[in-house]
Amino acid sequence: MTPLTQKERMAISRQGMPVQAPEVRAGNFEEVALGFTPELAQLESERCLQCAKPRCVDGCPVGVQIPQFIKALRDGDLPGSVQAMKAKNNLPAICGRVCPQESQCEAACVLGKKGQPVAIGRLERYVGDFELLEHTCPPVAAPSSGRKVAVVGSGPAGLTCAVDLALLGHKVTIFESLHVPGGVLVYGIPEFRLPKSIIHDEIRVAADCLGIEVRTDHVIGNTYTLDELLDEYDAVFLGTGAGLPSFMRIPGINLNGVMSANEFLTRVNLMKGYRFPEYDTPVKVGKRVAVIGAGNVAMDAARSSLRLQTLHSLHSHDNGSSPSEAHIVYRRSRDEVPAREEEFHHAVEEGVICDFLTNPVAILGDENGRVRAMRCIRMQLGEPDASGRRSPIPIEGSEFEMPVDTVVMALGTSPNPIVFNNAVGLERTKHGTTVADPDTGRTTKPGVWAGGDVVTGAATVISAMGAGKRAAADMHRFLSDDSLWNIG
Amino acid sequence: MYTILEKQVLSDVTKLMVVEAPHVARKAQPGQFVIVICDAQGERVPLTIADYDRQAGTITLIFQEVGKSTLQMGTMLPGQSFYSVAGPLGHPTEIENYGTVACVAGGVGIAPVFPIARSLKEAGNHVISIIGARNKSLLFWEDRMRAVSDELVVCTDDGSYGRKALVTEPLKELLTERVGQIAKVWAIGPTIMMKFVASTTQPFNVATIVSLNTIMIDGTGMCGGCRVAMTDGAKFVCVDGPEFDGHKVDWSNLLSRVQFYRDEEQAAVRHWDEQRESAAHVCNLEGVPAAGGPA
Repeated sequence: MTPLTQKERMAISRQGMPVQAPEVRAGNFEEVALGFTPELAQLESERCLQCAKPRCVDGCPVGVQIPQFIKALRDGDLPGSVQAMKAKNNLPAICGRVCPQESQCEAACVLGKKGQPVAIGRLERYVGDFELLEHTCPPVAAPSSGRKVAVVGSGPAGLTCAVDLALLGHKVTIFESLHVPGGVLVYGIPEFRLPKSIIHDEIRVAADCLGIEVRTDHVIGNTYTLDELLDEYDAVFLGTGAGLPSFMRIPGINLNGVMSANEFLTRVNLMKGYRFPEYDTPVKVGKRVAVIGAGNVAMDAARSSLRLQTLHSLHSHDNGSSPSEAHIVYRRSRDEVPAREEEFHHAVEEGVICDFLTNPVAILGDENGRVRAMRCIRMQLGEPDASGRRSPIPIEGSEFEMPVDTVVMALGTSPNPIVFNNAVGLERTKHGTTVADPDTGRTTKPGVWAGGDVVTGAATVISAMGAGKRAAADMHRFLSDDSLWNIG
Repeated sequence: MYTILEKQVLSDVTKLMVVEAPHVARKAQPGQFVIVICDAQGERVPLTIADYDRQAGTITLIFQEVGKSTLQMGTMLPGQSFYSVAGPLGHPTEIENYGTVACVAGGVGIAPVFPIARSLKEAGNHVISIIGARNKSLLFWEDRMRAVSDELVVCTDDGSYGRKALVTEPLKELLTERVGQIAKVWAIGPTIMMKFVASTTQPFNVATIVSLNTIMIDGTGMCGGCRVAMTDGAKFVCVDGPEFDGHKVDWSNLLSRVQFYRDEEQAAVRHWDEQRESAAHVCNLEGVPAAGGPA
């Protein structure tokens, strides 16, 4: 087959991702996006212009060699494509699903200037999924350096840092407080966006091939302090994320039926509450759910609510009563919604109802201490605030009651303080985040690096992976500097 | 890992297990807890550490069979293993020489009170313990409690053993007879019992520490499901507790919160019973009775 001309390539339109129909998927927890077929992947890969100075690579927080992996893919060399991918990113099946490509690599794609950018994320997922099935390019560790590293937390930052250091020949032990590794990937992101089997497989392959030891059930700060880890390991990376939920300071917050998005999503995702009683952990969602906030976590919570409501109505026999509803309640307007466009779009498509410019001022309970309603106030947008977004201002006299039985607070999270128990010399900001050099991840405590949400506050999976990667590079420099170590 | 090394039946519904968990045993202190999961489908169950042996790398857990998970745990035998044991979690008890202290325990609460009483005794306190249960068959560790207490009162609600009284009665007498002598009170047991201990000590203005047992998922501050309303704001039992000033707890809020999943808990027990019935029909070898097991 003769190669296409640039003009021919540009004539191909961006290939859509096959998805479960909204009315079907709103009733199950299976993955929404079904992945490219080989034909769609081929066609989409033909669209890449193989720029001499590819901007997409600059748009990627970990610098994936995007033109190379796409070139190999369209040449029919999937193992080669995997190899190009894994030079920078060892978790492509995860990134292909949860990265905000539209604001990163795809935002930089030259095709996007006049038309639609190459669907880099969908191609990445295609390549990652191929590798999970075929194992053509298992990671190989360099000869042992004799150095030992402790990685605290097995979310995106910790995993990336662990894999990179193990590839370089260091002996890595990951400490995870929960009973399974993956961090926010397993407790936060729902099955229908990122199947747990994908995370499990990606971690297992990396750990098995690179000899990474994963110790679950270890709550660093309690089980071992940071100093105890430093006694045993040559360096420590903190990737403990931002796990502490925020609650609004309004009356009624402790009523039954009010929970953090963390609690709700942990019950659903980590504990598989949607399969209760086959799994032991229940999750309670009523017929009128209000999710406060409009970020990705809020969308995940609202979409999970819809699914639980559908499953519940299938199992119960109350056909005659009113239909269930899941609302997003957000104090700003549609234009300020911080969730990814795709997530917001999917949520609305599935039937999530949005109440914009609306803010709860109190949660009201019944005589049994259960939520029965929220008192809300209408908002209008004023001048831009520190975040650059127009700040919401309450409209006086606009209060009203919204009947709800479940309230999920998706208002952001801050770092979990347990790891800092007795952590002498580790400086933190007033927001509870760890002070670390953005280029190297070095903290104020010698021998300790940090990256991801524990440094930045809640951000994205890929930015945490980028931080894990930068820290690994700097830790490697430190671990390889023989002048620092007594050799022999 | 997490192998059950020893099992004792303390009462019809109360079991003791010594479990291999070196990472917990090396740091465990009185007042702390672990999260235990039975199997891959299991829920995360918070249990107070009743005792620990750093040398042997073991911890002692005591639980009452009240829901599906504890019923399942009760059927497990030495040699079998838990899926997960995480910890130690929560803040340890603040042990110092306060003078004369009272340790009040109800039912399965005797288990977590024991290491606290022992440490208080070791710190030089005059320890007065009051232990109680609904009836004689639910009492255990009288001898161990006696060994770490200077004075011990045993009571049952129905009078089937010891004094016929609720634990609050001897406590109130103590506070009345020895005005100003009792420096501090610990109370661990059912939420309703701790509530009434706190209301008994309040008029005497005696500091009262309660160890709260709320609904909890991760146990590390992540979910907030364990939050409890206090007079000085909401607190997380897992990371701020589990011990709190009993006079600051909003007991009615707490009592309603611990009931929230009652329907689901009952459904889980029904599901468990059905499963065991159908399993018993298929295979006799699996037919270990739910409440039984070797002593």
